[in-house]
Amino acid sequence: MSSLLIRNLRKSYGAVEVLKNINLEAESGEFVALVGPSGCGKSTLLSIIAGLESVTSGEVLIEDRVVNDEAPKDRDIAMVFQSYALYPTMTVRQNMTFGMECRNIDKATQDKTVQRVAALLQIEPLLGRKPAQLSGGQRQRVAMGRALVRDPKLFLFDEPLSNLDAKLRVEMRSEIKKLHQSVGRTTVYVTHDQIEAMTLATRIAVMHQGVLQQYDTPKAIYETPANMFVAGFMGSPNMNFLSAKIASTADGLGVVVNGGDGTVLPVPADRYQSLENGQDVVFGVRPEHFSPAHEQRAERKGRTTVSVPVTVDMDEPTGSETILMSRIAGQDAILVCEPDEAPTPGETMDFAIDMSKISLFDTKSELRL
Amino acid sequence: MARSSKPAAQGLFQRLSGWTPQLVLVPTLLAAFVYVVVFSLWTLWISISQSTLLPNMAYGGFGEYAALWQSKRWIVAYQNLFLFGTLYVLGSLIVGTLLAILIDQRVKFESVWRTIFLYPLAISFIVTGTVWRWIFHPQTGVERALNDLGWISAQFDWITDRDMALYVVVFTGIWHASGFAMALVLAGLRSVDSDLIKAAQIDGASMARTYRRVVLPTIWPIFVAVTVVLLQFAIKTYDLVVALTQGGPGVATTVPAIVVYDLMFQRGQIAQGAAAAVMILVALALVLVPYLIWSIWRDKQGKRTHG
Amino acid sequence: MAEVSHQAYDPLATGSKTQQARSRGIVYVLLTFFALLYLSPLLIIFMNTFRPLDEIVREGFISVPDSLSLKYWGEAWGSFCIGGTCEGVSRYFSNTLLMTIPATIFSTALGLVNGYALSKWRFKCDAWVFGLITLGVFLPAQMTLLPWAFVLGQIGLSNTIMGLVLVHTVQGTSFTTLFCRNYFVAVPDDLIKAARIDGAGFWRIFRRIMLPLSPPIVIVCVIWQFTGIWNEFLFGTVFTSGENQPITAAIVAFSGSGTGERHYNVEAASVIFAALPPLFIYVLGGKYFVRGLTSGAVK
Repeated sequence: MSSLLIRNLRKSYGAVEVLKNINLEAESGEFVALVGPSGCGKSTLLSIIAGLESVTSGEVLIEDRVVNDEAPKDRDIAMVFQSYALYPTMTVRQNMTFGMECRNIDKATQDKTVQRVAALLQIEPLLGRKPAQLSGGQRQRVAMGRALVRDPKLFLFDEPLSNLDAKLRVEMRSEIKKLHQSVGRTTVYVTHDQIEAMTLATRIAVMHQGVLQQYDTPKAIYETPANMFVAGFMGSPNMNFLSAKIASTADGLGVVVNGGDGTVLPVPADRYQSLENGQDVVFGVRPEHFSPAHEQRAERKGRTTVSVPVTVDMDEPTGSETILMSRIAGQDAILVCEPDEAPTPGETMDFAIDMSKISLFDTKSELRL
Repeated sequence: MARSSKPAAQGLFQRLSGWTPQLVLVPTLLAAFVYVVVFSLWTLWISISQSTLLPNMAYGGFGEYAALWQSKRWIVAYQNLFLFGTLYVLGSLIVGTLLAILIDQRVKFESVWRTIFLYPLAISFIVTGTVWRWIFHPQTGVERALNDLGWISAQFDWITDRDMALYVVVFTGIWHASGFAMALVLAGLRSVDSDLIKAAQIDGASMARTYRRVVLPTIWPIFVAVTVVLLQFAIKTYDLVVALTQGGPGVATTVPAIVVYDLMFQRGQIAQGAAAAVMILVALALVLVPYLIWSIWRDKQGKRTHG
Repeated sequence: MAEVSHQAYDPLATGSKTQQARSRGIVYVLLTFFALLYLSPLLIIFMNTFRPLDEIVREGFISVPDSLSLKYWGEAWGSFCIGGTCEGVSRYFSNTLLMTIPATIFSTALGLVNGYALSKWRFKCDAWVFGLITLGVFLPAQMTLLPWAFVLGQIGLSNTIMGLVLVHTVQGTSFTTLFCRNYFVAVPDDLIKAARIDGAGFWRIFRRIMLPLSPPIVIVCVIWQFTGIWNEFLFGTVFTSGENQPITAAIVAFSGSGTGERHYNVEAASVIFAALPPLFIYVLGGKYFVRGLTSGAVK
């Protein structure tokens, strides 16, 4: 049974179409991350699932029931807001019981539920306080507590961590993951942070300009992005896009980076069957799939690599790794390597590319080949 | 499911409760419609009807407007409005800004000073006018006090002087409204980034120059807003003049609102009174409509530059 | 004023000590001058409420009193003759009170609900509805005098306090709706969304979430409506007469008549009676008074 199903959903404000034919399905217990740059329509989609916005056409089903015309309160959902939206004049306890009070649940059950959830989130000492007396992280917990007391069919999160500082964000991220694993409810989580999406989700929906670009597991999204937008949006630093041509060799087809010395980089034949000799392509390599050629790291794992000369213009050491702003065949590229192995700026060094991890895109449609 | 047991009743109830926000507004909307639209059109129609002492809704043409603009009293009232409005707004702005700047110097007992300068706004024009009439009147006020002090030849009879009485109204108006200007300008001054003032001081600007060239120009929208509100007060001015001079001596301090009252309720010329009321509305619109258009335009500009 | 934070930086606290002292001195001298100018009229009138009439007639208002008495306050309140009846201002004082309190309560309550509906339950044309309601703020009273007179006559409220309550409620609701709407707009929409997901409807959200947030704006509305209606004169003088007039109209009736013997001391006490309630409210809620100014003027 699918917990959430969205069919042919469209949403327009006047002449502006903000969601274009969205289709999405979440299995029971799944954690779906909606990710994309701001203005991509992900928050609108979440509001539509919550019932806070109407649909222009298409259907939203929660547990196989069409809920298009149902008010938020009848959908049996809970939501955590980016601003937390804690009722400022109520105590933490009242914040948590308000939803049950609206549903006429008896006082004893309310108390028991609040106790259980407060213990789960370790916010018992805060129950008597007002939101203004809480720290950012505590407000975040209370907001989650308010959602958890309801035990709904669907949890909705709208960028819940974006108001926290970096350290707390990482902490709360793993907390949310733990909570999801113990509660096991279907969750839809909106974020613009691709790391949050990668770490939390069982499936990621990447959105851009109102269009669902790709909906798949984090691994599949990372390794086989459907188009150049997804490839560029997921992963940091960004994937390198080099303009290249297809050339044939004795062993089959390969890629030649434009402007270079003409070395043919062989592509795994089993993954790219529709290539033609001489075709223009965009050659995508992630910064972390380069390694110094003399280390032969990928070869030791039995993968095909090809070495290319890389000229380093500038380095940015982050401590755990060093980012190299460089050029390959005159085109800008970013590489990541271990600090000890980094060449000094100005130097040219051979780097091996792990050819099993590369992506090829059509130059016009920007789709994966 | 319990929900589906009474679908029809549920549906009706749900639809009704969906309309609650609009239904709640209906009484006010109705009242506002009657008050703003119907009453305005009504008065407009009276002004072109054949009404005299009693309403007579038959069409009578625009003769009353012509008669109004030919009456000396109305011309004086309109001229007075221009002179009074200009001096009243300028005076209140200047005094209010001066007071705001003084208070802005981190003075002690700030709230006491502010309370003193703002309190006239809390008392009525009637009280204000009555009090100042006693003080300005030669028999009871300043002139009498000066005479009693031994300065026998001292003369201060502006309030009974045809040429000077309007300035008494202006002075009293400024006394009443400058606190309003002060409060808003002070709020504006407090919103100015203090780094701006530091920068000006380091650039070597004097106090006066810092305010004139740096601080006051950054809060000019507040001056526009205060000007519009004060002009509105000026156009509607009625009670103050009634209590202070009753429009006299003669017609020296008559303002349009007084003419309206006299025509409608003293002289039984309802149609001409309505015409005069419409002219007040026109004067207000001349102030408010450009301001409204300007602020909408500025909102849009703001949105465009901010993203 | 809570909303106006004090600047940490004091521009006068720079330069040499003598220079600082001089500029600070000028500031206080000017402030004192203006403070005297603002306070003196009311203080002078107040002082004259204790002076015998013959002394005022002889020396004018501005002079050192020779003898003082409290009895003119009693006369003003209970036995002063205004327009033929000799019951003092107490009658008109209570007229104004009976007009001001209901009109303040009604318009504030309506304004709260309107402001909430307009700011948190957006619907098509809500901007037009809001615009129409706020036009009532700007419409000059002169445009409504004749229609009101007719309507009040038709519904039997001519020359009654009730009629004035109706007029002030209708006009005042424009103000309070403007105030409340601008205040509620600043309440985050997420709160309403969260409450709707929690299962609360229009009225529950109003009662449990908006009303507890409302005290500041309720105080602003009450102060503004109370002082505004208390001080109003035109409607009072047009729609009521004789014993049903509010206190502002009564003051004009006795002080403006210009005929007969003047009772300056009793008149002064009556004027102070008319000024006291709004002054009291103003001193009590000064900072909200200013907040009303700013939200009304620079919306």
